[in-house]
Amino acid sequence: MATAFQKIYTQISQITKATCSLHAKGVGYDELATINGKLAQVVKIMGDEVTLQVFEGTGGIPTNAEVVFLGKSPSLKVSDQLAGRFFNAYGQPIDGGPEIEGKEVEIGGPSVNPVRRKQPSELIATGIAGIDLNNTLVSGQKIPFFADPDQPFNEVMALVAMRAKADKIILGGMGMTNDDYYFFRNTFSNAGALDRIISFINTTEDPAVERLLVPDMALTAAEYFAVEKHETVLVLLTDMTSYADSLSIVSNRMDQIPSKDSMPGSLYSDLAKVYEKAVQFPESAGGGSITIIAVTTLSGGDITHAVPDNTGYITEGQLYLRRDSDIGKVIVDPFRSLSRLKQLVAGKKTRKDHSQVMNAAIRLYADAANAKTKLENGFDLTDYDNRCLDFAKEYADKLLAIDVNLDTTEMLDVIWSLFRKYFKLEEVNIKKEFTDIYWK
Amino acid sequence: MTKGTVSGVVSNMVTLRVDGPVMQGEICYITTGGDLLMAEVIKIIGQDVYVQVFESTRGLKVGAEAEFTGHMLEIQLGPGMLSKNYDGLQNDLDKIEGVFLKRGQYTEPLDTEREWDFVPLAKVGDQVQESDWLGEVEENHQPLKIMVSFQLKGTAVVKSIVTAGKYRIHDVVAVLTDEQGNDINVDMVQHWPVKFAMTNYTEKPRPFKLLETGVRTIDTFNPIVEGGTGFIPGPFGTGKTVLQHAISKQAEADIVIIAACGERANEVVEIFTEFPELVDPHTGRKLMERTIIIANTSNMPVAAREASVYTAMTMAEYYRSMGLRVLLMADSTSRWAQALREMSNRMEELPGPDAFPMDLGALISNFYGRAGYVYLRNGQVGSVTFLGTVSPAGGNLKEPVTENTKKVARCFYGLEQERADKKRYPAVNPIDSYSKYLEYPEFAEYIKEHINEEWIPKVMKLKTRMQRGKEIAEQINILGDDGVPVEYHVTFWKSEVIDFVILQQDAFDEVDAVTPLERQEEILNLVTEICEAEHDQFDTFLDVVDYFKKLINLCKQMNYSIFKSEEYYEFKKQVQAML
Repeated sequence: MATAFQKIYTQISQITKATCSLHAKGVGYDELATINGKLAQVVKIMGDEVTLQVFEGTGGIPTNAEVVFLGKSPSLKVSDQLAGRFFNAYGQPIDGGPEIEGKEVEIGGPSVNPVRRKQPSELIATGIAGIDLNNTLVSGQKIPFFADPDQPFNEVMALVAMRAKADKIILGGMGMTNDDYYFFRNTFSNAGALDRIISFINTTEDPAVERLLVPDMALTAAEYFAVEKHETVLVLLTDMTSYADSLSIVSNRMDQIPSKDSMPGSLYSDLAKVYEKAVQFPESAGGGSITIIAVTTLSGGDITHAVPDNTGYITEGQLYLRRDSDIGKVIVDPFRSLSRLKQLVAGKKTRKDHSQVMNAAIRLYADAANAKTKLENGFDLTDYDNRCLDFAKEYADKLLAIDVNLDTTEMLDVIWSLFRKYFKLEEVNIKKEFTDIYWK
Repeated sequence: MTKGTVSGVVSNMVTLRVDGPVMQGEICYITTGGDLLMAEVIKIIGQDVYVQVFESTRGLKVGAEAEFTGHMLEIQLGPGMLSKNYDGLQNDLDKIEGVFLKRGQYTEPLDTEREWDFVPLAKVGDQVQESDWLGEVEENHQPLKIMVSFQLKGTAVVKSIVTAGKYRIHDVVAVLTDEQGNDINVDMVQHWPVKFAMTNYTEKPRPFKLLETGVRTIDTFNPIVEGGTGFIPGPFGTGKTVLQHAISKQAEADIVIIAACGERANEVVEIFTEFPELVDPHTGRKLMERTIIIANTSNMPVAAREASVYTAMTMAEYYRSMGLRVLLMADSTSRWAQALREMSNRMEELPGPDAFPMDLGALISNFYGRAGYVYLRNGQVGSVTFLGTVSPAGGNLKEPVTENTKKVARCFYGLEQERADKKRYPAVNPIDSYSKYLEYPEFAEYIKEHINEEWIPKVMKLKTRMQRGKEIAEQINILGDDGVPVEYHVTFWKSEVIDFVILQQDAFDEVDAVTPLERQEEILNLVTEICEAEHDQFDTFLDVVDYFKKLINLCKQMNYSIFKSEEYYEFKKQVQAML
């Protein structure tokens, strides 16, 4: 990649597992370089000693390797040609198609000025009641699935992506298995949606450190379509825990003091930089938006681990999947799932009774959970307990299961019918204004 | 001025070689590719100076030049700050052009052309000291004082002062003669280094005046006072931000400053969107008129995040020295602590607990110490009330930020996952949370005089009932519904009445969101009446459950009704009929 004017260095003074150091002048922080053709990035400059992080590892690099500085940070060429294409973490095509022509943009660019944002207000309908009713998604939101590795999060995410009305869907795969990569590819092509999908894929076969580039690549493409083309963009990032693991590998090799769970002290800021790219622009700026749906895999459901914990503080809610043994289906867990932006659309873009009905149903579902505990502990159940249990089962089956596909008004009607079937008016604790209309 | 050249770069920590004297904390600007990067000195070793850069250092090269400014991180204070949206370094976000925050853009925090109606308060010949009031301008209906320079040493005499009229912020409105006989021109702008506390008051007594927030679990159960301090720790998803927003909307303060420190941008956008529309329940004016937002969201540079809380506190102290009641909210102080941790880590300092810097506790306590109710030299009073949120890692309160904050903040509003899961909002744990002010005799005296004598004793009784209710709930869990006497169920359900009717409050319901003190008093009395009623009509616990569910439902309908409306009295009558 060297051109006539670039200086070639051939003396590496230090090589570790992930980094090389050499003496060089006039090098910029964050700048890219190639070492015998392998891509690397400047992570430290001290006097004339420059430390480079080699994305694919330093194996096979000799001390006399050719080092060429490229004079730029990692970047992506953006244009409409991106649509329908598959790329690796460096933004190079992996689908056999031609190189992209377009404007070269540095990835990981500046943040949007908060005063130039618009408060998100557009409902993203998925047909899944566990989401639309209890945890309504809004365009411009960022929300992850918190899931154990064996749960069908990629399937649900693909379902959501296909049903959501987005102009572009951008998939960022980090440490994705080859099988999952093909699952997404097939799902998208079967739905005839390939022309609005762009994918940046790092599979488990690729070097781990490379995946640090994936979210920024995906979001740089997203910003192009949202800012310049004013499009509605949905970004899928799976799996952000793999991303965080790579962060910890790098920080470890840089001799940084680890904080909680061996993660770098900057984990919060690192994750926030990715997630905060979610944005809704006002009509005056073209009205484009970036919505991020991500996956954070958990280890044994532990959400106090640094990765889900920091993520929870950054994202606007989280969605949990759970297998409900009573109905034998996967449901969206109503207790722990939360969409923080739901009140921006619930009762505004949906029917007015939405919030109250949703809360009442979850409260009764919680009472059913208590009744279940009582039953397990060998206590007698009251009539109310039994009614709650029956309600919970039907509620899970008709609404919480992920195979449901209804619009929100239908969902609300289903709940009212369940309320009438199992409860007395005063047991549901809903404002009279609504019970007057719907309690018939 | 001292100059330097870049000799090393690691993320936002840069080392400079300097050619002259440098002050710890001094601000410098590094030039790279036509951009000026603002940075702050954090360590000096010989000619090598370590600075933290407030911007991205991408592309920065060894040999780049830096120029020192001779002052620490300071902000400008003057008329024109209300309703503004600033970043952590006091750049006016609305004046920054373009959709993105490109690095190296610095804007004027104050409007230099706007004219203000100045009214003199001092007269020629008056002897004055630093921060004494010389005149007044009105901004958004708030009387703002134009003060003697905060930096003035000793006394000075007013040599001349302009007559009432329209002036701009940099116009000279008065001339003072200092002790050495030098003339000092006074305009409307002050400068202050944000890391230093303002001490321009005579005394900081124990605070005692109730600060009404309209949130029942605070005002009734664990009140905060003007000049008091409190903190809200909670795992994510328990409603920290909703609670903070509710307080900032409803609190009876003259000025509200919100420091969004390392939190979500959309939360700030919510304030931008709603506050210009919402009405201050105490004055009837738009909320935005009394609000200043310091937005340093989580994707903005980390070093500026640390600065943002200090910027906000300095503004609060400035308004306090004018005799105003300021409420300062910081969301979240944990992000500030994390910013400190990132930097300490880069400097390769030996870490304290959880890799936080060793002086974390000292920094937190110094910061909370800047709040307070003060007597000014002219006999007036002012206050800075500070409420910070804490985001404990993993929801575990045994972590350095929570523990260190607990040592200094006087009110503790612990948000609880379990309550949030049950949708019992606000999820403030009624038993673990506390307000130390309830124990202050000064506060009791104030409540006696301004509300009534019965208030505190009644609250204390309800608190005991909540405790008892929790114990019984645990017993019922172990022994079963039939395993305890019916009276136990009655006691338990009375604690549920307190929870549902007083503590739980719907922040998204127009009526229920704000409860004025008068209404809180009525609710307190009603709930006390319910709790003290004797019941012998129940045969089984099922009757108890039925009875109290009905009662709670009626009380909730009452909470949703407009105060003293026909509907309200109707529900109240039904409640009383049940007693």
